[in-house]
Amino acid sequence: MNSTPFAYAPAPESVRPALKPSYGLFIGGRFVAAKAGRSFKTINPATEEPIAEVADAGSHDVARAVDAARKAFPKWSKTRPAERAKLLFRIARRIQERSRELAVLESMNGGKPIKESRDEDLPLVVQHFFHHAGWCDKLPYAFAGAQPRPVGVCGQIIPWNFPLMMAAWKLAPALACGNTCVLKPAETTPLTALMLAEILQECGLPDGVVNIITGGPDAGRAITALAGKGVDKIAFTGSTEVGKAIAKSVAGTGVGLTLELGGKSPNIVFADAALDQAVEGVVSGIWFNQGHVCCAGSRLFIEESAHDDFVARLERRMQQLRVGDPLDKNTDVGAVNSKAQLETINRYLKAGSDEGAAKLEVSCALPKKGFWCRPTIFTGVQPSHTIAREEIFGPVVSVMTFRTPDEAVQRANNTTYGLSAGVWTEKAARALEMSNRLHAGVVWLNTFNRFDASAPFGGYKESGFGREGGRQGLASYVKVGGGR
Amino acid sequence: MSRSAGSARVEVAKTLKLYMNGAFPRSESGRTIPVKDARKRVVAHASHASRKDLRDAVEAANAAQAKWAAATAYNRGQVIYRIAEMLEARRGEFISLICAIEGRSKADATREVDHAIDRCVCFAGWTDKIASVLGGKQPVAGPYFVFSMPEPTGTVAVVAPDEQPLLAMVSLALPVIAAGNSAIVIAPMTNAPLAIALGEALATSDVPAGVVNILTGIRAELAPWIASHRDIAAVCGARLAAADAKALELGAAENLKRVCLFSEAPKFDDDAFWHSPFAIAPFVEIKTVWHPSAL
Repeated sequence: MNSTPFAYAPAPESVRPALKPSYGLFIGGRFVAAKAGRSFKTINPATEEPIAEVADAGSHDVARAVDAARKAFPKWSKTRPAERAKLLFRIARRIQERSRELAVLESMNGGKPIKESRDEDLPLVVQHFFHHAGWCDKLPYAFAGAQPRPVGVCGQIIPWNFPLMMAAWKLAPALACGNTCVLKPAETTPLTALMLAEILQECGLPDGVVNIITGGPDAGRAITALAGKGVDKIAFTGSTEVGKAIAKSVAGTGVGLTLELGGKSPNIVFADAALDQAVEGVVSGIWFNQGHVCCAGSRLFIEESAHDDFVARLERRMQQLRVGDPLDKNTDVGAVNSKAQLETINRYLKAGSDEGAAKLEVSCALPKKGFWCRPTIFTGVQPSHTIAREEIFGPVVSVMTFRTPDEAVQRANNTTYGLSAGVWTEKAARALEMSNRLHAGVVWLNTFNRFDASAPFGGYKESGFGREGGRQGLASYVKVGGGR
Repeated sequence: MSRSAGSARVEVAKTLKLYMNGAFPRSESGRTIPVKDARKRVVAHASHASRKDLRDAVEAANAAQAKWAAATAYNRGQVIYRIAEMLEARRGEFISLICAIEGRSKADATREVDHAIDRCVCFAGWTDKIASVLGGKQPVAGPYFVFSMPEPTGTVAVVAPDEQPLLAMVSLALPVIAAGNSAIVIAPMTNAPLAIALGEALATSDVPAGVVNILTGIRAELAPWIASHRDIAAVCGARLAAADAKALELGAAENLKRVCLFSEAPKFDDDAFWHSPFAIAPFVEIKTVWHPSAL
C-alpha cells in the first residue's frame, strides 16, 4: 500500500492504556494469584509481542470465585433495585470516561482496528450498562404479574471476538436482575475484562458480585462442572461445538442455560437493490472485525442477473480495504486474533480453492510479524462446498446465486445455523416477506451488523438459544413461575 | 323384538389407539399395554407407541407446522376456542374417566376438567396477543426501525406427567400450539383412555391434522428417541423422573433443542403462571428485524 502514490500517512492512536505488567484473578473484590501459581503471557496478535502476564485459573480458583459469588448473592439480590441501578449507571459512566483507553487495549490485545473498537465496541459496552442499569427497578413491569426473581450465581464464558462487549452483554443484564457472576474471558483476550474489574472495584460494586477468572478451556470446564453445585446458570458465547459440549455437561443438573453460538449467515442481494449500498453492507457484513463475527454475512446470495456486476463492484471496493496496524486510525481490517485462528482460516482458504471455487483477494502487502489474512471473495461456490457450509470465522465470503425469492429463502435456510440474515432490495413488501421467511434471530433489511442494547440478539436452531439485549434478553437472568 | 328381561346390556368398549395426523392408527409395533381401573381390573389395552410411531408423528407434525404457523393468530385463537367447546361437550366423559381409572372423587375430577377447559379458553385469547406482549418496537440509538417478534420454534415434544393428566396435557400443549408450533404429546399410560378422549375432542375441533398428535407410551422408552430426533425443535415436560430428564437434555444437546422441564413448581393449578405469556415464551424464538428509517 505504501508503494501507491496516494498512500495514507500512518495515523497511530496515541492514547496508551494504564496497563499493569501482570494481573491476578479477580475474586471477592481483590486480585489474587492462581493457587497453582500458574500464569501465561497474553500477546498483541499484530506484533506477537507479549503485553501482560495473566493468572491461569485452575478448578480450585474457579471454586473460590463461585464461593465468593455465592456469598455475595444474598445481599446483592436484596439490595434495593434503585440502588443497584445507581451502581450500574456509575459503571456505565466510568467506562465512558475511560473508553478510549479501553478501546486501545481492546485493539492491542485482540487485533481489531481501533476505528471499530472506538466507534462500535466501546459505545455498545457503555450503552449496555446504561440500558440495563435502568432495568434494575423496572423488572416487575418487564415480567408483569410474574414476580421475577434473580437466578443466583451465573457462570459466564465469553469469546475473543468482542471481548469487552461480550463481558458487558453478560454482566449488565445479570447484575440488573440481581444475580452475581463468575465471568471467564477468552484465553487470548483477557485484558479489557481485567481493566473492567478495576473499574467495578473503583465504582464500589460490592466484593464478590462480579468475579473474573482468566484461563483456558480448562477454567471454562471448571465453571460448567459446578453447574448445580454452586452455579445456578450458565451463559456461553462461542462456537456451536463447544456450546453442545456445555449443554451436555449441564444436562440433568437443573441449571438454566443460554447459548449464543456460531452462524453461517446469508446475505441476500436482489437485482433491484441499491447496489452500491448493498456493497457497503456486504463489506461490513463480512469484513467487520476480520470476519470474526458469529453473525457475519459469510454466504452471499446474489440474484443471478446482478451477479457479475455486483461481484465486480464488491471486488473493486474490497481492494480499497486497508489491512494492517490495528492501532492506525485508517485501518479497516486488523490482525487475526490468534495463530490458531489464522491456521483455521487458512485451512478453509485451501478447501475453497481445492473444491473448485474461484478466489479473489486483496492484493496489498501484509506486515511481516503478526497474524494476517487477506479479505477474500470466493465465487462459483456450490452449496455442498465446505466454505458454504462451515463457519470460517474469518474475512472470507462465499458467493452463490439464486433466481427466485423462493430459491433464495430455501438456500438461505438450508443450514443448521440461524443467527442472522441480510436482505437487500428496494421493494418494501419483498423485504418484509423475506424477513418473515428467513429462519434467523436477527434479520437486517438494507443494513447489516447493527447492534443495540435495546434490541435482542440471538439465534435460531444450532446458533443457540436465549437472547441478549432489551426486555427479551432479561428473561435469561430471571426466574418466573417455577420454570427456568 | 324386545330385550329379554334380566340380561344386562353389554357395554361397547372402546379400542384405544394413537392420535396422529388427524387419524387414529394403532401402534405400528402392534404392542399394547393393559389399562387398569382404580380397582385393578383391566378395562382396555392401550396402544404402546414405538420409536417408529414417534418418527411418523414428527413427520406429520412438521408437515402441519408451517401451515399452522402461517395461519393468522386470530384464526388460531378461534381454533383453540373450538377445542374448549369440544372439551366442554365431553366434560362428563373426562370426569368419569378420571374417577374410574384413577379412583379420584367426582368433585376432584370435576375441578380438574373444568380447570382444563377454562385454561383452553384462556389460551384461545392469547394467540393474537403474544406478539404484543413478548415482542415490540425497539428504541435503538440510531436511525433504524427495529422490531422484535415471537415466532414458533417448530415441532415440540410434550412429555406429560401422570398426575392431573388432563390439566397437565392441556397446560403443556396449549401454550405450544397457541404460539404456532405443533405438538407431539407423550401421554401418560396411567390414564390412556383419557388421553385418547382428548385426541377425539381435538379431532372434532378444527385443529388441522398433525398440529397435535397424542402417543400413549412409556416415557423412559421414548425419551432417548425424542432427544435424538433432529426434526424435533423443542421438548417440554413436567415432573419427569431424573433419569428421563437427563436423557432428554443430553440428547437435546446434539441439535440444541430447546428444553423446558418443569419440576414440582409451578403447580398446574397455578393460574398466575399457567395462564401467563411466560408459559408460552419458552416455545417461541424472538426474531429482531432492522431497517434503516432515514435516507
